[in-house]
Amino acid sequence: MAAQTATTRSTLDNAWRGIAFLRGARIPWIPVVVLLVLGICALFAPWLAPYDPQEPDVLKGVQRIAPFETSENPLGVDLLGRDILSRLIHGARISAFISLISLGFGALVGTALGVASGYLGGKIDAILMRVCDGVMGFPTILLALIIVAIQGGAGIQNVVIAIMATVWARFARQVRGEVLSIKERDFVTLAVVAGVPPHVIMWRHIFPNVVNTVLVIISLLVGQTILLEASLSFLGVGVPPGEPAWGIMVSEGRNNLLDLWWLSLMPGLAITIVVMALNLFGDWLRDTLDPRLRRLR
Amino acid sequence: MLRFTAARIAQSIITLIVLSMVVFFGAELTGDIALALATPDTTEAELEEIRRKFGLDRPAYERYGRYLFNLVQGDLGVSGTSRRQVSTMMAERIPPTLQLAGVGLFLAMVIGIPLGVLAAVKRNTIMDQLAKVFAIIGMSAPQFWVAIMLIMFFGAQLKWLPTYGRGGIDHYILPGIAISSFVMAGFMRLTRSSMLEVLDSEFVKFARIKGLQERLVIFKHALKNAIIPVLTFGGVSFAGLLNGAIVVEVVFAWPGLGRLMLDAIRERDTVVIMATILTSGFIYVFLSTVVDILYAYVDPRIRYQ
Repeated sequence: MAAQTATTRSTLDNAWRGIAFLRGARIPWIPVVVLLVLGICALFAPWLAPYDPQEPDVLKGVQRIAPFETSENPLGVDLLGRDILSRLIHGARISAFISLISLGFGALVGTALGVASGYLGGKIDAILMRVCDGVMGFPTILLALIIVAIQGGAGIQNVVIAIMATVWARFARQVRGEVLSIKERDFVTLAVVAGVPPHVIMWRHIFPNVVNTVLVIISLLVGQTILLEASLSFLGVGVPPGEPAWGIMVSEGRNNLLDLWWLSLMPGLAITIVVMALNLFGDWLRDTLDPRLRRLR
Repeated sequence: MLRFTAARIAQSIITLIVLSMVVFFGAELTGDIALALATPDTTEAELEEIRRKFGLDRPAYERYGRYLFNLVQGDLGVSGTSRRQVSTMMAERIPPTLQLAGVGLFLAMVIGIPLGVLAAVKRNTIMDQLAKVFAIIGMSAPQFWVAIMLIMFFGAQLKWLPTYGRGGIDHYILPGIAISSFVMAGFMRLTRSSMLEVLDSEFVKFARIKGLQERLVIFKHALKNAIIPVLTFGGVSFAGLLNGAIVVEVVFAWPGLGRLMLDAIRERDTVVIMATILTSGFIYVFLSTVVDILYAYVDPRIRYQ
């Protein structure tokens, strides 16, 4: 019936209702704008950045251009004369890329395990949940360091795997809990009675019902993931040294805190603002999509 | 209670064994330890000699067994780079890390809990807003950056406090603040929400109705009840403190476990990497087990969950 009324309503009316919904949902505008800027920087970094982030300019390096001194390099240059703004824009790309890839894979693995574990139950379910508890409680940086150490050091692929290793359990645990209640519902029972094989039930009937949860967990974890990536890069075991990742930039500025204060300040500020925006947005999304998940953080 | 304690301890031991297996066999998969001990002019025959000397020609599970056997006797092997006994290195490195984490926990509780109470009592005022902003920044700012900004401001510019190494009590202030920032925000948020819940309950309303002073209502009736979930966070916060310790030790050149671990990873010193990971894993698991058991003792509801 709902579908019928929707078709008789005009497009304009629908759009108006959409806007009314968004106004009712009280979108956190500042975080959204910050995230849009981040997304645009990440997508179009090579076109947006005024300079090549890796191109040294000895003359500018000697001049030690500070932020807001010239319009040519609005955020100043580093010791090698590389433009800070361009490096920050490319850094946004690295952060967004690594956190989305690793969270995506983590979500994939975690959700698959969570759905299977919750639906099939049994001993494997019990063991898997113990493992999840162990992984979730464990200090994330320590866990990531273990994975990096096993793989033999820095590298983008190694960071992605390390971050994945820390996040998958959150998906598995939460999804599994949801599945336990979903599988008791009538439509699942009916599917079982109708002789639908388990893998089809999991994929067609259970998985669509946990998508919301997975999205909320992703949005709540992006901030932490960016922090973890930045920390690992800062420690020299994340993104390979020399790349314009934010954590590496903070580290590069460490030896010139007195005279070149902006080197460490700027990238750290970028991380803080982005993570703050992500945290606020994640909280909002959780409250809007699924208030039951309030306990997640 | 005994059952709960036994089960919890068994669980921790399993966690540690799994951790040791992951680390040992993980390292096994990725590299030949003999090569890490070799110099550029080591010949193939000498490599064989090294392998035999350290038992590297034996199968992995046998070496794992021997490693565990030595481990329980306090022998962690010899560092590949400094040639020192790893167990002595651990003995030097553990106290600084624990002290730093202790200072961090202390600061986080002493500042975080009162701030949370204040925010809850003065709900929706400017104080509450400020506390909220403070918590959001604490949860979002990377700790390595907080540490560097503290050094830049209080060390390099104002020259008030020492910025590296260990020493007198003044050496603990900046690293202590840096390590506590994240956990402090957690304490604050949790105290605020827990306090709000309690302030809304019937017994607090009754205490007010019977005309009790507001100060007594808050500290004697409300806070006492609100603090329980906050204290459970104390256990969870060990993970945050250990995370912080790794990063903050590197920034402040603090001679603790975290810095040793990173140096070892950089130098591919497998024996030390394994020892530092297992030691920090042990510290974490040990502390959280003790805290869990204590809570179950204090609050019987936990035992049956």
